[in-house]
Amino acid sequence: MWQIFHKLGSPKWFFGISTRFMPWLLVGGVLLLLAGAIWGLAFAPKDYLQGNSYRIIFIHVPAAFLAQSIYIMMASAAIVTLVWRMKLADMFVKAVAPVGLVLTFLALFTGAVWGKPTWGTWWIWDARLTSMLILLFLYGGVIALDRAITDDKSAARAVAVLVLVGVVNIPIIKYSVEWWNTLHQPATFKLTEKPSMPAEMWVPLLLSVLGLYLVFGWLACIRMQTEILSREQRTRWVKELVMKGKS
Amino acid sequence: MAFDSFSAFIAMDGHGPYVWACYAVFFVLLAVMMIGSAMAKKSVVESCRRGYEFQAEKSKVATSKPSASFARVNVSQD
Amino acid sequence: MNAEAYPTAGLASSSVSALAAMKGVFARDMKVAFRQKQDLLNPLLFFIMVVTLFPLGVSPEVSFLSEAGAGILWVAALLSVLLSLDHLFRHDFDDGTLEQLVLQPQPLFLLILAKTLAHWMLTGLPLVLLTPILGVMVHLDGNSIAVLCLTLLIGTPILSLIGAIGAALTLGLRSAGVLLSLLIIPLYIPVLIFGTGTVAAATEGAPVGAYLALMGAFLMLALTLAPFAAAAALRISLSNG
Repeated sequence: MWQIFHKLGSPKWFFGISTRFMPWLLVGGVLLLLAGAIWGLAFAPKDYLQGNSYRIIFIHVPAAFLAQSIYIMMASAAIVTLVWRMKLADMFVKAVAPVGLVLTFLALFTGAVWGKPTWGTWWIWDARLTSMLILLFLYGGVIALDRAITDDKSAARAVAVLVLVGVVNIPIIKYSVEWWNTLHQPATFKLTEKPSMPAEMWVPLLLSVLGLYLVFGWLACIRMQTEILSREQRTRWVKELVMKGKS
Repeated sequence: MAFDSFSAFIAMDGHGPYVWACYAVFFVLLAVMMIGSAMAKKSVVESCRRGYEFQAEKSKVATSKPSASFARVNVSQD
Repeated sequence: MNAEAYPTAGLASSSVSALAAMKGVFARDMKVAFRQKQDLLNPLLFFIMVVTLFPLGVSPEVSFLSEAGAGILWVAALLSVLLSLDHLFRHDFDDGTLEQLVLQPQPLFLLILAKTLAHWMLTGLPLVLLTPILGVMVHLDGNSIAVLCLTLLIGTPILSLIGAIGAALTLGLRSAGVLLSLLIIPLYIPVLIFGTGTVAAATEGAPVGAYLALMGAFLMLALTLAPFAAAAALRISLSNG
């Protein structure tokens, strides 16, 4: 069992296996994402409450979904970094944090644009929006700390501590923001109670969520590969790999 | 198709600008991130290769020198 | 940097109990702080000045100030704690005392707890003591001021404890100050929300016992978890140098 574990942690092994999977991830992800988007844009029925503006959901929900689960994945990788000092885990955190930042931004942006026709305003201090904004700050902090520490190893471990402290805080932040919202602001605006979605709506949504997951997988792989190449350039296998690609 | 015509599809009952702006920003940012990551990998590969070629050349120059000569030899320390 | 891995070389050091070591660290930090009085004064002055800016910048109306006063005081307190955090480990890091602290046979998280406690006594507590005066200046009523002081009394130790993690993580980095606020402010948000929310409830005449209990729970959580995280962060930062 430990052998598999060590194999999993080896950058060389990861490089080989990810190169084999990446085309599938890319093609599958892009196709699913486009299929979900086109289906959602053109073929899904109009929502009887929000009209056509609801079609933003087919990109908003995947972005928000990914933004949150990327942080959870980073936290799991952070535990692996701190406990087993596995190189791949800290490369994962480093590679994926900017992706999380961009997706969180996208979730906020699409949410704001969706809010304008639905609630009549770009931004409200709604509990969900606020906790998303805080998530954006958390990602920003992780990236800033990683950039500030020059030594790769201690940067990875410091970032891991920060990510874990953040993940302990996330439920508290979520809870407190919801509590604050009900205290300070009567719910004038609220996402309309979701009617039980018909299949023509949730199937494209599912497709785009899956598609974005696959695209994220591809992004994580290629960014980790970049990280591996730049950190392991002195090893022989990287040299052989790079020189082989040339001929 | 949920729309009667293409112009209705573009207009989306007046919500068009919002919906299309969202989709545009989403896909453009996603594409930028994907292309940017791919290019970053390419440039790292490129810089690695240049490093290796530079090393190879250096060692070739060093070995092609005659074993004994009166010419000044620059011995590199690394 | 793993203190437990080294044999305890000193004869006396191994016989010092953890509690005595904590007392020693605490007493030393207090003594050092009182030798450099300016560092003690700075957060307090900052606190007063930030509070002064709001009536000048927004509105001196009694109705506005009495409504926003608790929030202003909380935000100002939060910022001045943030400002003082840089000093928590900085001096000890510069003169090498911190390395000695890490090498002590006593558990590092206990020593950090002592340092954080000293930090709170030197910044958080004076802020709480100043709050009644500033509360009167922003036209809060007596009951609100009392509750505000109580929330700050529970809240500022949480700020110090969470801040210790950030201070340990950014130790020895360039532009540590800005980075520190970037890392820590998101983690401060729940404390701020509950602090001001409790005062708002008190102003409306609602019972605040449950809110205070919740803040107490946060404090307990921070007390038990934050020193461990700060200790881990400190080890990483020191091995970095």
